Amino acid sequence: MLPSEPVNKAGFNEAMHELAITESILEIALRHGRSAGATRITDLHLVIGELSSVVDESVQFYWDIVSEGTAAAGATLHFRRVPARLVCRACGHSYSPRQALPCPACGREDITVAAGEEFYLEAIDVTSEEADAVALSETP
Amino acid sequence: MTQRVAVVERILGANDRLAADNRARLDAAGVFSLNFLASPGAGKTSLVEQTVSLLAGQLRLAVIDGDIATSIDADRAAAAGATAVQINTGGECHLDAVMLQGALDQLDLTAIDLLIVENVGNLICPANFALGTHKSILVASVPEGDDKPYKYPGTYRGVDALVINKIDLLPYVRFDMDYFRRGVAALNPGLVTFPLSCRTGEGLEAWLDWVVAQVAAGEIARG
Repeated sequence: MLPSEPVNKAGFNEAMHELAITESILEIALRHGRSAGATRITDLHLVIGELSSVVDESVQFYWDIVSEGTAAAGATLHFRRVPARLVCRACGHSYSPRQALPCPACGREDITVAAGEEFYLEAIDVTSEEADAVALSETP
Repeated sequence: MTQRVAVVERILGANDRLAADNRARLDAAGVFSLNFLASPGAGKTSLVEQTVSLLAGQLRLAVIDGDIATSIDADRAAAAGATAVQINTGGECHLDAVMLQGALDQLDLTAIDLLIVENVGNLICPANFALGTHKSILVASVPEGDDKPYKYPGTYRGVDALVINKIDLLPYVRFDMDYFRRGVAALNPGLVTFPLSCRTGEGLEAWLDWVVAQVAAGEIARG
């Protein structure tokens, strides 16, 4: 059977999942920027939990490439990292998975993840200037 | 003048919506689907081969294989008796809902009872991208080591069943089953687990029974 066409949109070899993630971040930012009547996006505020397996540096690397030519080109990415926190359902002890997986206080394994899986775009900073109006209307 | 605009939107929300579309499409066609996750070399393709060849008599099977390049895995699945579609990701480390959608287009879903999606060999990235499949199966293997739940908690937390492959190698490698299982229990309490060997066939029966029961339960749920 012939392999199907490669679906890697940006044509990188050995691309990581951060590429797909960065394209998604751009799409969300541009959409919200347009509906706010903005002409340029200057800053993106991202919230990424420690357990989300996303590398800031990779997102930044892809960002400079995928945002080029859009109203968000050159925007600064701000990463708010949320540390992972586990809570033991048995004794209520709260701890980091870096310490241990079973509860370090009571040794039980009945745990829940209280924080660290966040993965969203919290806010964008935008400007609205006549001179930029063309740039945003031309974005996809 | 700079203005702050609140967004609060999940970054992979678009993928998740498309995954929901895939799920609806599979449900409408009466297809039950499994997503196999594992590191390279754990035995995903061997488990696909065994599952296909042993269930081909009672279920109509299809396999979608995700790989960076080559159609080796899809060829093996086809040889075992399944309809097979290869997705070459061209470098991407995972399948996503868009890729699965394209692969579903190549299948006659009305002629399938069980669809197995073999994800790209990788323990990190595939866990982030929902496909729309009904159950995610993690294929671990003894030679990988007993510390994998501790090192890849995201993947171990998100799956519905765990296969521990290559148990025939337990006498030869350092693998503390109790330590491994404690890590799994902490991350995913009550996770149904199948220790087996695709090479010797030991433990396969329990796995196959579970798969058949899942397909039947899916049919009942759909009416």
